[in-house]
Amino acid sequence: MQLSREQMLQAYRQMKIIREFEERLHEEIQKGEIAGFTHLYSGQEAVAVGVCEHLTDGDTIISTHRGHGHCIAKGCDVKGMMREIYGSAEGLCKGKGGSMHIADVDKGMLGANGIVGAGAPIAVGAALSAKLDGQGRVSIAFSGDGACNQGTTFEAMNLAVVTKAPCIFLFENNHYSEHTGVDYAVGTASDIAGRAEAFGMKVWRGNGSDFFETYEVMREVLEHVRAGNGPAAVELDTERFFGHFEGDPQRYRGKGELDRLRAERDCLVAFRSKVTEAGLIEAGMLDDVDAEVLKLIDDAVAEARAAPRAKPEDVLTDVYINA
Amino acid sequence: MAVMQLREAINLTLREEMDRDPTVMLLGEDIVGGMGTAGGPEAIGGIWKTSEGLFDRFGAGRVIDTPISESAIIGAAAGAALTGKRPVAEIMFADFVGVCMDQIWNQIAKFRYMFGGKSRCPVVIRVAYGAGRNAGPQHSQAVYGLMTAIPGLKIVVPSSPAEAKGLLTTAIRDDDPVLFFEPKALYAMREEVPAGEYLIPFGHARTVREGHDVTIVTIGQLVATAAKAADALANEGISCDVIDLRTTSPLDEEAILDSVELTGRLIVLDENGPRCGLAADIAALVGEKAFSALRAPVKMITPPHTPVPFAVELERAYLPQVDTVEQAVRALLAFREGDPR
Ligand SMILES: Cc1ncc(C[n+]2csc(CCOP(=O)(O)OP(=O)(O)O)c2C)c(N)n1
Ligand SMILES: [Mg+2]
Repeated sequence: MQLSREQMLQAYRQMKIIREFEERLHEEIQKGEIAGFTHLYSGQEAVAVGVCEHLTDGDTIISTHRGHGHCIAKGCDVKGMMREIYGSAEGLCKGKGGSMHIADVDKGMLGANGIVGAGAPIAVGAALSAKLDGQGRVSIAFSGDGACNQGTTFEAMNLAVVTKAPCIFLFENNHYSEHTGVDYAVGTASDIAGRAEAFGMKVWRGNGSDFFETYEVMREVLEHVRAGNGPAAVELDTERFFGHFEGDPQRYRGKGELDRLRAERDCLVAFRSKVTEAGLIEAGMLDDVDAEVLKLIDDAVAEARAAPRAKPEDVLTDVYINA
Repeated sequence: MAVMQLREAINLTLREEMDRDPTVMLLGEDIVGGMGTAGGPEAIGGIWKTSEGLFDRFGAGRVIDTPISESAIIGAAAGAALTGKRPVAEIMFADFVGVCMDQIWNQIAKFRYMFGGKSRCPVVIRVAYGAGRNAGPQHSQAVYGLMTAIPGLKIVVPSSPAEAKGLLTTAIRDDDPVLFFEPKALYAMREEVPAGEYLIPFGHARTVREGHDVTIVTIGQLVATAAKAADALANEGISCDVIDLRTTSPLDEEAILDSVELTGRLIVLDENGPRCGLAADIAALVGEKAFSALRAPVKMITPPHTPVPFAVELERAYLPQVDTVEQAVRALLAFREGDPR
């Protein structure tokens, strides 16, 4: 683990921003201020950050319906994201897309996506584009355990293997697709990486609730892929702390399951105890980050509420570049 | 008769048809819900709750909760139908039809024709459609206009709980493939629903409001919009003939033409776009077959030629509203007002 103190603080800050962004949205949605369907990423922060801390703007990622964490980790403007979710004309996507479609192509963030399984083939294309440029850039498709059952995901994996595309299929196994358990929906005894391996690529597995483990796994994976060895796949075991979408009664959960997950599988808690116990960072510094992040989120919400609403005539813009 | 929600009417119809015919089976994502979880099966009963209780009643052989695999769902439904079953497949949002388009368009729709009339593929594909819930560009589309262009498919769009029961019963018993579009903004709409066997034949439109000044042809969730506009205009002494098409394929041409012969003015109010869609289709029909009856240009009221936006203000501007319909009716009546009737 060769992370500097600055790098560790940066990783912690990113995870904390994602966590507070989502916890705050959970509250605001209950107040009825936010329209549409929202899928929160709380619990999975170590994955997005453990992956994206290795990337530059030139590397691309594509996300899912549960995209806020990936967007933040890849450098999307947090306040712009909040404005988007509130439906402001000054949102990151002008209020056109909302929570499920946040994107910032300049940052290499090719979009959250409302269609489960749509991302993997697009990531292969971005990887082939990167391969053509020859600068060692990579592309990453975030997919859930549910998305791994789509034919598009299979087609993308095979295409990446036969074209030696610098593409990483990153499976976040949070054990649920909507209300269905992974053991039911994934036939290979919930082994997703094994499927990718069968397509002919090297695979890694890891604990996605542990930032340091995820970061280390990704260092190896990226070294492999950037070196021109073709695609790779990673399966990270993780947990989602909220419902599938906001408003989900979560009747599929076991008794006390959520409390147990929050107590035992919280990547932020694990990070804090690890770095403080090892004497790498003083608790006070983490507290400072916490305070700074809370203020950022407070400001983001206040500004999003006050931001100009989308104007009806804007419905017609951005369909074409040259109409 | 019992008052129930649209979602309950659909649930009841599925149950009654499954009781009646052992070849009726269901497939779809989370239609049971809770499979492989601590909460256990039936933890959800479908994300729209339309299949609640059916797994308990009919078991895993006939109520099949699938992984997220739309192509496989529709392909499997096709195979089951070709071999004597009556599968009812659920695609959670109409937008996801894009994922399984080949199975619908090149397979299911064409079997009978390609096989020289020697096959049957009685699949029903239920989908939740429509804007109005700020679900964004990939979860809000109307889609039935696009699907109406495909020969071999029957396209049904109910506008209320009772209509849903009558039309879904017919759909399940029909020997051809049917796409059944449920207006998701109306799942909680309540209405009296006939008890027992209730079938509404395809290709027979329903007159929702009778009138002689302007014909409004519409379908699905916009039927309520048209009815509200008609009721408001009635206070001004203007009477609208509001027609709910119920099915776009087959299309009740006669109902449309008869009404236009009477009123001489036509508004087509539809949730699909203005290009190559249902509104243009009906406008062309009337232009061709009732030209001499027209006293004003045909008016199409549709969303603009754009995706469905997310933000509240944008979606409101996208989806036709009651006041737009009212203004259009007045404009048609004002057209060459001096002309003799
Ligand atoms: C093509 C398609 N089918 C179904 C859905 C509905 N849906 C949205 S998220 C989801 C579950 C996805 O599960 P997973 O891939 O494990 O991601 P997670 O929600 O756990 O992040 C489903 C079925 C969709 N959005 N797109
Ligand atoms: Mg999942």
